[in-house]
Amino acid sequence: MSRYILRRLLIAVPTLIVISFVVFAILALAPTDPMASFGADPRVPPEVRERIRESLGLNDPWPLRYVKWLTSVARLDFGYSFMSRGPVMDLVGQRLPNTLAVVGVAYVIGVLLAVPIGMVSAIKRYSVFDHLATTFAFMGFSVPTFFTGLLLIIIFSVKLHWLPFIYDSTLKITSLSTLGDQVRQSIMPITVLALFDTAAIARYTRSEMLEHLPLDYVRTARAKGLRERFVVLRHVLRNSLIPVVTLVALGIPAVFGGAIVTEQIFRVPGIGELLVRSIGQGDTPVVAAILLIFAVLVVLFNLIADVLYGVLDPRIRYT
Amino acid sequence: MAATDIKITGIPSRVELQRPARSLWKDAWFQFRRHKLAMAGLVTFLFLMVFTLVGPLVYHTVVNDIDFTMSLKGPSPEHPFGTDDLGRDILARAMIGGRISIAVGITAVLIAITLGLFVGAIAGYFAKLDSPLMRLTDLFLSLPILPLLLVIVYLFRDTLRAAFGPELGIFLMIVGVIGVLNWMPVARLVRASFLSLKQKEFVEAARSVGDTDSRIILKHIIPNVLSPVLVAATIGVGGAILTESTLSFLGLGFPSDVTTWGRLLYDAKDYIDIAPHWAFFPGMLIFLTVLSINYVGDGLRDALDPRKG
Repeated sequence: MSRYILRRLLIAVPTLIVISFVVFAILALAPTDPMASFGADPRVPPEVRERIRESLGLNDPWPLRYVKWLTSVARLDFGYSFMSRGPVMDLVGQRLPNTLAVVGVAYVIGVLLAVPIGMVSAIKRYSVFDHLATTFAFMGFSVPTFFTGLLLIIIFSVKLHWLPFIYDSTLKITSLSTLGDQVRQSIMPITVLALFDTAAIARYTRSEMLEHLPLDYVRTARAKGLRERFVVLRHVLRNSLIPVVTLVALGIPAVFGGAIVTEQIFRVPGIGELLVRSIGQGDTPVVAAILLIFAVLVVLFNLIADVLYGVLDPRIRYT
Repeated sequence: MAATDIKITGIPSRVELQRPARSLWKDAWFQFRRHKLAMAGLVTFLFLMVFTLVGPLVYHTVVNDIDFTMSLKGPSPEHPFGTDDLGRDILARAMIGGRISIAVGITAVLIAITLGLFVGAIAGYFAKLDSPLMRLTDLFLSLPILPLLLVIVYLFRDTLRAAFGPELGIFLMIVGVIGVLNWMPVARLVRASFLSLKQKEFVEAARSVGDTDSRIILKHIIPNVLSPVLVAATIGVGGAILTESTLSFLGLGFPSDVTTWGRLLYDAKDYIDIAPHWAFFPGMLIFLTVLSINYVGDGLRDALDPRKG
């Protein structure tokens, strides 16, 4: 097992290098000049602008810039933001807790809701509950998150005035009332994200359970007189959850991507909002860093999913 | 089935035992029709196609009819979906906008399916190319798709706009990028089917009569993998429509002079408190389109699965 993990890690390194190359090449070859907005100020004379470019190393050929960038990234130094003049790592570090507070909580809620829903749907197949859950799941992954977000704002903020529609990240939780405020401002973004996650995972849990329910070992378990609850929870659910766990792990990077939209709607100052803003401002170092972080997340969770699969299912042998 | 081969002689049977032969697609259609929600989805989707394609031809209001006295009005008999900040009719804009949204969805999926079939078929058929092509697929799967889309669209849109004009340029780019970033699941699916199908006797038979590789792939194996690909394609159309509207909603899709459903929502979101109808109708249209497509996909999956009967 440890040899397998080691080998997978060794494969992950070239994958990440290629991705970093692709990301950098796209940014470097883009016809849009990263200095366009930076030097747009008419009071900056052209020769000064040229000197800034020179000092930032922007006049070097881009493959050279890539090598320089990659070597500093390897030391976890993503350079400085063009806009805020601060280190990129600090910017990302400030934003990450906000993203995790919304995205992470939403995902956990989504998974906790989805597994029981999928399970009951499968056991009581074609019941009223199953039909409701199926309809809900189809709606969940057909509705664009920005539309659910806007609908919630119309209903709960504009019409009912119950919830604030802007996320205030400066809020410090010091007392019960500020904790209440935090909960109130988190409800809508978390609901939007959790709706989507729940739909996909519940559907998947249901189909996995349905695959397992007619199998022989279930009949054996029933035949030896186990109570139905025990059969379902200890036997069917445990086996069905193996691929679900993989899906949950694989879904984490996508969830970060999906949060871009939600953060935009509710103005959560998270990592996705930083990405959209930096793209708009042509802040190349920040964009490159965030793209690379997303890529690392994808590769990392692919690895975690594979390893988890092997840990949970002893039939899988790694060679 | 064997019963149908037995000729019952002597006894005049009132029941016709022999039924006319049905092709795979007729059989699938027979199954599909019994899936009520899938049929409802198909009808809804066809209705939406007519709504966007024929609607603007018969609807009385012009898309860009600016009238400030009618700005931000709610739904009324004259403007069933209300008006936007410039007093333009939202129903007319939604009809026109749907054309692009649906066209983007279908074209992007056609690109993704073509690429996926190509890569998957070659990887599955030629053992030597399998490993490098699957490496490539894994690599593409590791790309952060939505963020990358945002970056590419933002960085390259001015160039393409200058080269092909605002509408066609952005259309080509969005469709191309969505297609190029979404072929991987199809490739995996096709490869897996190819790996098992190329061992089958009918492929061996084709080879023994001297069929070339390309003929075996195109005439014998690909028709057998088309049904799962069709299901993936159907659901993919919904996904691509969602992606396009997400890009437009983030302000990184089509420019403001080209109407799409996502763009309508982007424009509407700043007026959400005074004109909620503006966001509501285009949003509902996206939702209905994707929902109906997903139900059609679900019905197709059931109908094309030979294990169900």
